[in-house]
Amino acid sequence: MGGPVTDARMLARALANPSSVVGLDAEGWTALLAMARAEQLIGTLAVRLDGLAMPNAVKAILADARAAAEHGRRAALWEAEMARRALAAVDCPVVLLKGTAFVAAGLSAGQGRSIGDLDILVPRTSLDAVEAALLAAGWEWVKPDPYDDVYYRRWMHELPPLIHRERDRMIDVHHTILPLTARITPDAGALIEGSVALENRLRTLSSNGMIVHAAAHLFGDGDLAGGVRNLWDIRCLVDEFGTEGLGADALHHGLHREVARSLRLVDALFGEGRTGGIDRLYIRRLTALDGWGRPTRPLTRFAFYVRSHWLRMPPAMLVRHLWTKFRKG
Amino acid sequence: MDISVYRAPPSDGLLIAPLDEFTAVYHRASGITHLLTDPAPQILVAVQDGARSLDALLVHLGRDYDLTDGTREALAARLEELVEAGLVERA
Amino acid sequence: MRHAFSVRIGPVGFRIGSDWRAPIAHLETLYRDYPKPLDGVPDFTVRLFARRPWRRFLRPSVEIGGDYMLPEAAPLPLRQGLLAAEMAMNLQMALGARRYLLLHASAVERDGRALLMTGVSGAGKSTLATLLAAKGWRFMGDEFVLLDPATGLVHAFPRLISLKNEGIAAAQAAWPDTRMGPLLRATPKGDIRHMVPDARAIAAMDVPARPALLVFPRYGFDPETRSVQPGEAFVRMTQASTNYVALGEAGFRGLTGLIADVPAIAVDYPDGPRAIEQVEALWADL
Repeated sequence: MGGPVTDARMLARALANPSSVVGLDAEGWTALLAMARAEQLIGTLAVRLDGLAMPNAVKAILADARAAAEHGRRAALWEAEMARRALAAVDCPVVLLKGTAFVAAGLSAGQGRSIGDLDILVPRTSLDAVEAALLAAGWEWVKPDPYDDVYYRRWMHELPPLIHRERDRMIDVHHTILPLTARITPDAGALIEGSVALENRLRTLSSNGMIVHAAAHLFGDGDLAGGVRNLWDIRCLVDEFGTEGLGADALHHGLHREVARSLRLVDALFGEGRTGGIDRLYIRRLTALDGWGRPTRPLTRFAFYVRSHWLRMPPAMLVRHLWTKFRKG
Repeated sequence: MDISVYRAPPSDGLLIAPLDEFTAVYHRASGITHLLTDPAPQILVAVQDGARSLDALLVHLGRDYDLTDGTREALAARLEELVEAGLVERA
Repeated sequence: MRHAFSVRIGPVGFRIGSDWRAPIAHLETLYRDYPKPLDGVPDFTVRLFARRPWRRFLRPSVEIGGDYMLPEAAPLPLRQGLLAAEMAMNLQMALGARRYLLLHASAVERDGRALLMTGVSGAGKSTLATLLAAKGWRFMGDEFVLLDPATGLVHAFPRLISLKNEGIAAAQAAWPDTRMGPLLRATPKGDIRHMVPDARAIAAMDVPARPALLVFPRYGFDPETRSVQPGEAFVRMTQASTNYVALGEAGFRGLTGLIADVPAIAVDYPDGPRAIEQVEALWADL
């Protein structure tokens, strides 16, 4: 199976420019679908390619992907609704994040999107009340380890993970968008203050807030896994809302470099932008996928993995955290 | 005095398939299938077309069924289970 | 990937890639009479791979991967590579199939109507299906039954029949001339041997059937048949389906429809021939 180098740029091109798939042969379609699945983007691809001429087998596969995304959307909105009911008596804003927010607000970023757990953002001062309300309504802790719990509560940007005992779905309760151990400290209060109410009184971040969050998420995690989807989210948000005031907001949260880089990478991956310097390395990492959906470019990936831990924790903390975990065996 | 009212999804929000003493109920909004035994399906139907309080529900069910002592407590317990399952909303 | 094979089984197309030639060679031989995926585009990709490059040669062990993966899945030794391929295909179906409601059951067909047999591993689904096929029933599958929620029909999915332990000898006795895969000893499920379905099963793989009888077999008991109530049958079938929840409303309609239309019977049996008698009697009474 020789031929030209295949990487995830093929997927990016199909998303950005749907009519580009018209010339694909069976092998090309097979590779495209494998990559889309590997990047959690097959539902999005199905929406983007809807109505184009394609082999019947592909049409059926993409129809299945749309049905799966629709099912995921319904489950995600239901989790949000159950969280809303549980938190109705707590007097604080509840802000939906990520995929659930996109579908709840009917945004283009939500179309066909695969959604994982429910993520919400609440004020830090309301954490105890929120935690108590969720526990009373049937959620329970995933991990009962006391050290991890202390570490989590003191340093992380979220409560330790909770899972609902009947529905078996997780909820992540955030009080800011990056760990407190990270070098950058966004203004959670400003994010909440700028949030927008939905009809059911749940909230989403403002459009700039969502872009800043997506950028923080993309680079804050460091190893860039799932990056193509993250960048597609940002592209959709920018397309739908524009970038007015984005620079100032990003600067306020200390994330101007990350947001600027995100916009350049969106342009490079999905548009006509040219990359230089480190951006080219990011693109290499982001598109490191072959026609079987396997990760490629191991050295590039490793470099980003090491960097991701360095980003999350200052070196001294990292040593203590690993040492304590090691001592416990 | 409990002044809560209880409400179920409208009739097109549920698919109901009686099996035997069990009834399978598909809740469209959540995608969850519930297996219910009497009187849960009857309670659901009773609060589908409008919200009712616990006492109003007792009266409504009393029209079609014989209610014995202890029914009020039992009904409150069944309602609680339906609320936790997400099938009934308390307002 | 270095070695690859594609095949269509019923309505589902697979692409299998492998770091080693051997599993692909087995698949090519055993599935040689099967068609290729529709339009050349498979529904699922399976990968049999070595976790580290040197593991291709040193104590080679086969990791199972593909579009859908389980992170803690244990690898298999290379000599069980065919089993790894079959397990990997099952995994893709279990986690990814959406077009049909998947029921963990075997099925055979007669006169356009299907007999479904479901139960835990060891209940005898595969062996019974094989024995019935030797008595003139058309074999539809031994692992998954594909139920179309819109029509209520079941579609054939005739993969290699996975025979275990005593079932191997029983099937070979019923089908002495059929092609078999290698005898795989001491797998996690005991001895396993794969058998190629008969020519009729392969030729008719695209012909669906209407389910008429649902049987819950239990091997190694005194013969007895008893009705299974709809509530119990419904619950057991949701447990026997890997994608009931994922299919949402269609899954609910498909399964409640099946339970409403098809009698469910538990059959305890001491041996294959007795089971065949019991099943034929139940079928005649329909």
